[in-house]
Amino acid sequence: MPEKKQDAYQEFIKGLWRDNPVFVQVLGMCPMLAVTNSAMNALVMGGATFFVLVASSFFVSSLKNWIPKQVRISTYIIIIATFVTVTDFTLEALMPKVHKELGAFIPLIVANCMILGRQEAFAARNSVRFAVVDALGMASGFLFALFSLGAVRELLGEGALFGYKLFSENFEPWVIMILPPGGFITLGLLLLFFNWLKERKDRLAQQLDQMEIEAP
Amino acid sequence: MNDKDPRLLVQPSPLLKQEMTTAQTMKDLLYALLPATLAGIWLFGLGALLVIVASVLGAVLTEWLFSPGDQRWQRLLDGSGVLTGLLLGLTLPPALPLWMAFLGGVVSIGIGKVIWGGLGHNLFNPALVGRAFLLATFPNAMTTWSVQASGEGFLLWYPSNFALPFMQPHYDTVSAATPLGLMKFEQQPTPLVDLALGNSAGCIGETSGLLLLAGGIYLLLRRDIDWRIPVGILLSAALFSGVLYAIDTVRYPDPLFTLLSGGLLLAAFYMATDPVTSPLTPRGAWIFAIGIGLLVVLIRLFGGFPEGVMYAILLMNAATPLIDRYTQPRVFGKE
Amino acid sequence: MKVSEPGSSRLVATLGLAGLLSGLIIVSVFEATLPTITAYKAKVLQEAVFKVLPGSTQLQRLVYRDGRLTPVEEVGKGEEFVFGGQDAQGVLVGYAIPGSGPGFQDTIRLLYGYQPKQRKVVGMEILESRETPGLGDKIYKDAEFVSNFDALSVEPEIVTVKRGAKAAPNEVDAITGATISSKAVVRIINQANQQWLQRF
Repeated sequence: MPEKKQDAYQEFIKGLWRDNPVFVQVLGMCPMLAVTNSAMNALVMGGATFFVLVASSFFVSSLKNWIPKQVRISTYIIIIATFVTVTDFTLEALMPKVHKELGAFIPLIVANCMILGRQEAFAARNSVRFAVVDALGMASGFLFALFSLGAVRELLGEGALFGYKLFSENFEPWVIMILPPGGFITLGLLLLFFNWLKERKDRLAQQLDQMEIEAP
Repeated sequence: MNDKDPRLLVQPSPLLKQEMTTAQTMKDLLYALLPATLAGIWLFGLGALLVIVASVLGAVLTEWLFSPGDQRWQRLLDGSGVLTGLLLGLTLPPALPLWMAFLGGVVSIGIGKVIWGGLGHNLFNPALVGRAFLLATFPNAMTTWSVQASGEGFLLWYPSNFALPFMQPHYDTVSAATPLGLMKFEQQPTPLVDLALGNSAGCIGETSGLLLLAGGIYLLLRRDIDWRIPVGILLSAALFSGVLYAIDTVRYPDPLFTLLSGGLLLAAFYMATDPVTSPLTPRGAWIFAIGIGLLVVLIRLFGGFPEGVMYAILLMNAATPLIDRYTQPRVFGKE
Repeated sequence: MKVSEPGSSRLVATLGLAGLLSGLIIVSVFEATLPTITAYKAKVLQEAVFKVLPGSTQLQRLVYRDGRLTPVEEVGKGEEFVFGGQDAQGVLVGYAIPGSGPGFQDTIRLLYGYQPKQRKVVGMEILESRETPGLGDKIYKDAEFVSNFDALSVEPEIVTVKRGAKAAPNEVDAITGATISSKAVVRIINQANQQWLQRF
């Protein structure tokens, strides 16, 4: 990116909200739908992705001048896969129960197109500082999305949050919410909500423009 | 014929005025369902009425909430929301907590219809979407059947009806198994007379076979529904289960039992025939109907659930666009 | 930007170096975490065995070789095995037999304890299952159903009956609304019994 003023705050907020990887770009759907049946699973998955994305972005950006263009994708994948494997083993040792529930989805972080996408689209073309800020923003956005889905699903599906029952013992759980269809339905409704927010904002901005034109 | 014959009217087509409107069709369907609904309320008591009212209310309120301001009345008055709510209510167990029935109505219209763009745009039958959601969400409550009051206790209501929203219901009536459940898990057939008159446990509106049939025939006479669909479903289900019955008379039920038990009649006449979610061409309608008939028998006899009508219709709903595409008549003069 | 074409040796070297570094990192992390992981797995297994065999405090793996049960350290690939549970004095309490089979949704894996002297099943634990939450998952969440297997006669073959109808020592009260899952558990145990009982 030549001679464009970069603002670290903007780069961060871009990933967290404006270009949120899940709600706006609709990337990383596989872990999004598969492991968000409880807030804890969602948080651990988000944390694992967070670590992999930030670490990979840092390395890819620092090494960008040494990596020949022809083999860049394979090198990125090696870097990402290394961090994923490290995360996998560490989680299995530290949190065996959660690791068992997340199962195959930790290794599958390698295939999360959001991560490779950030390397190719951003980390490989920007300074280390901005690459890390961008990764932090995107990873936080992903974590935020996973957590909102996981929280809603656990709240309705078990009447609990992080395993703590929030309602009386008589709460009738919405079984569908912790099954795969619940993931699809909740994600769809969340996307609907975010699109509605965006549309409303655009409409307000348009009205504002109109008013400025009418009253010079 | 005189040139100036005043009886000769010249006007652009269409020359025949169609009296059938959406609202009229919906009204016919409601009339046709009335006997079976009343029978359900008579058999299962006032609790059943409350369940139906709750699901209709859920459907209608959602329709109202998500319609553009200037179309609200028009959309409510076309009756499709009420019909969806009623159909959903008829497929629910009578002792279901009212808040669940209400939620079912909300999901039927919200996820089954409005989200697709409203009446005419939905891929799946809205009432069945609501029911599928409820069955997956509250498997316990949706499969607890109460013994029916059989007219003795018309004023009967179930304490479980009044469970607080989000809370579990408490059942204190004796629960019963549906004829299909008895057949599947205990190989115990129910007498056909009971099935025809509605003297068995089950969903509110599915038990009285004869009244459902009568309503269906009314609809056929009024030409509100495509006759190929109910005929195709019932024939193929009867044939398929007849073949299986011929192979093993103990394990498999006889064809009449297949036709009269569960929600097959209700679904064949009132749900599968939804013009929005069934194929347009006659050939397509046959494929659609035969597919449903086969799937029903397959799911009932070899699947995990005792009843498969709902999933059979939803599956064939999903296949409808494909069927429509492959059964389109050839344009005249083209290869 | 002008791109100079790097030679293929440069490409190979880059990838090779990246692979080498990556391998080094992975191996060191693997070595560091391995003890914790194996210890945890062993603990989980032990707890399950001791739970289905009340009274046992030690376990050994037994494989069926040449017509008799042989204690082994490591079970070979594809070999069938059971766990022998012993009490503190080293006296055999019974066997913990692993079994698996199709449930309502996916394979159910379970472990059950068998006492050869009384010819009874004395405990059952579901290790892995994906039965419907709220219905089928009662095969391990419903204490009443699990307690069916605390003293269950294996002769004649175990059968499932409607809840509350249990009359004979070889009958299991099924879970209302989850008949298929209940029957699956019993079927898995019966199959494993057929395979193992005459070997003890």
